[in-house]
Amino acid sequence: MNDTSNWAAFTAVMRRDLMVVMRRRSDVLNPLLFILMVVSLFPLAVGPGPDILGRIAAGVIWVAALLSALLGSERLFRDDFLDGTLEQLTLLPQPLPLLAGAKIVVHWLLSGLPLVILAPLCALLLKLPAEGWLTLMATLVVGTPILSAVTAIGAALTVSLGRGGALLSLLLLPLFIPLLIFATGAVEAALMGTAAWPQVLLLAGLSLLTLLLAPFAVAAAIRVSVN
Amino acid sequence: MVFDNLQAFIAMGGYGFYVWLAFGISFAAIAVLVISGLTARRKLQREFVKEQRRQERLAQRKREVS
Amino acid sequence: MWRWLHPYAKPEVVYHLLGRWQPWLSITAALTLGLGIVWGLVFAPADYQQGDSYRIIFVHVPTAMFSMSLYIALAIAAFVGRVWQLKMADWGLAAIAPVGLTFTFISLVTGAIWGKPMWGTWWEWDARLTSQLILFFLYVGVLALYHAFSDQRNGAKAAGILAMVGVINIPIIRYSVEWWNTLHQGATLTVFERPPMATSMLIPLLVSILGFGLLAGALIVQRMRNEILRQELRRPWVKHVLNQDRATELSKTEQA
Repeated sequence: MNDTSNWAAFTAVMRRDLMVVMRRRSDVLNPLLFILMVVSLFPLAVGPGPDILGRIAAGVIWVAALLSALLGSERLFRDDFLDGTLEQLTLLPQPLPLLAGAKIVVHWLLSGLPLVILAPLCALLLKLPAEGWLTLMATLVVGTPILSAVTAIGAALTVSLGRGGALLSLLLLPLFIPLLIFATGAVEAALMGTAAWPQVLLLAGLSLLTLLLAPFAVAAAIRVSVN
Repeated sequence: MVFDNLQAFIAMGGYGFYVWLAFGISFAAIAVLVISGLTARRKLQREFVKEQRRQERLAQRKREVS
Repeated sequence: MWRWLHPYAKPEVVYHLLGRWQPWLSITAALTLGLGIVWGLVFAPADYQQGDSYRIIFVHVPTAMFSMSLYIALAIAAFVGRVWQLKMADWGLAAIAPVGLTFTFISLVTGAIWGKPMWGTWWEWDARLTSQLILFFLYVGVLALYHAFSDQRNGAKAAGILAMVGVINIPIIRYSVEWWNTLHQGATLTVFERPPMATSMLIPLLVSILGFGLLAGALIVQRMRNEILRQELRRPWVKHVLNQDRATELSKTEQA
């Protein structure tokens, strides 16, 4: 296999997945609306005072991000598994981890990227102090790829079970804990006026590591699920 | 023997509740593990007997038909 | 070397081998554990700071130690099963996971109970307690995934992948939780970081560590044998084994 055919397969999988999703726009919008609603629940629950909201803002946004990544995980492999596309993908001569990588990228484009775009609005609603905005955006940009990659592992493991939901969150949420800690810690450091870049860099490193290793785990999980 | 009598042993220098609670829960958890292993074995056995009876019935039916 | 190992890849051989080990392992485990616990409860002197409450250490420390190593063993079994396609290793995963989960649970609960008299609350978001809680969640995930599959061969494989992902994550989780703890200036529990123990306390502790290790071994062997039988239920040798069991059981009831 040469590089061009690998690249062609990568883009073909991406293009196809994007096209499938674009036919059902509500799938893209629903997780975003979900985040918005979760975020607006918190002022109602804990009171709208700016000091408390500002302190929990980064945590709330990140928890909402975790939940929405889980919510959007079904569409990663479920339909492809049901109509047999996933099995066909495993039979391609191109390496399966590469194709899994394409799926991770699509998932990020559809859940991570909109979240990054939506984040300023959430920060506004939660009265996050101005010092924290840039750091929050930075953690979301480097952190959401981890979300997509690890979610893909879980989704591939549970795709043949038919009832993902609670099981998937049971598998994945513990794995997200370091991400949550470093991301909210970075925003907190920024709010306190200390340097936040060490945590952001650490997150970026974790992100690269995850993106490097996750496709192999996803590929292995797909092979378990389809046979 | 560091305790003078049984009462002192149970009281554990005033910490009796905590010490015995910790040991009790630990013991119970391990007991559950042991018993679940034993019952799993027995369940396998029952499953096997049921399966064998089914096989015998099938064989008998076959003999009656032929 | 492979020629020598080959017979041990046969479930029947492993089953009988483990069957020979099981009684000895169980007896030594019961004796050592009993010795360690009784020694710790009755004969070890009370701590000069914590009084008799420190006696919880004789279950807390051994279970906490083995909870971590059992997860690593789980991941190694998964790795072996994955790379060499050894189905026995996959079954080993199913045998180890419940034992590890129980040990983690015991260490968590005893830690919390110990915490109440020592620093006044049942739960403190201390780095070590928090990572132990996350380890508990990781075990729960592996077991839940394993049991979610109706075909248990696939379940073991899927759970194995999850265990490997989890074991890569463990150092990251530990580090992040420690960093988080210092960031929020949470309680650092000095109860666990003790000065070198007196020999009169250390020896019973070592005995109970050994006892819990043997107990873990015995429980894993028991579960491994069940797992082999379950996976091979249709094979003639399993029929033979179970028939023999049934015969001895019947003769026992007749005598009674």
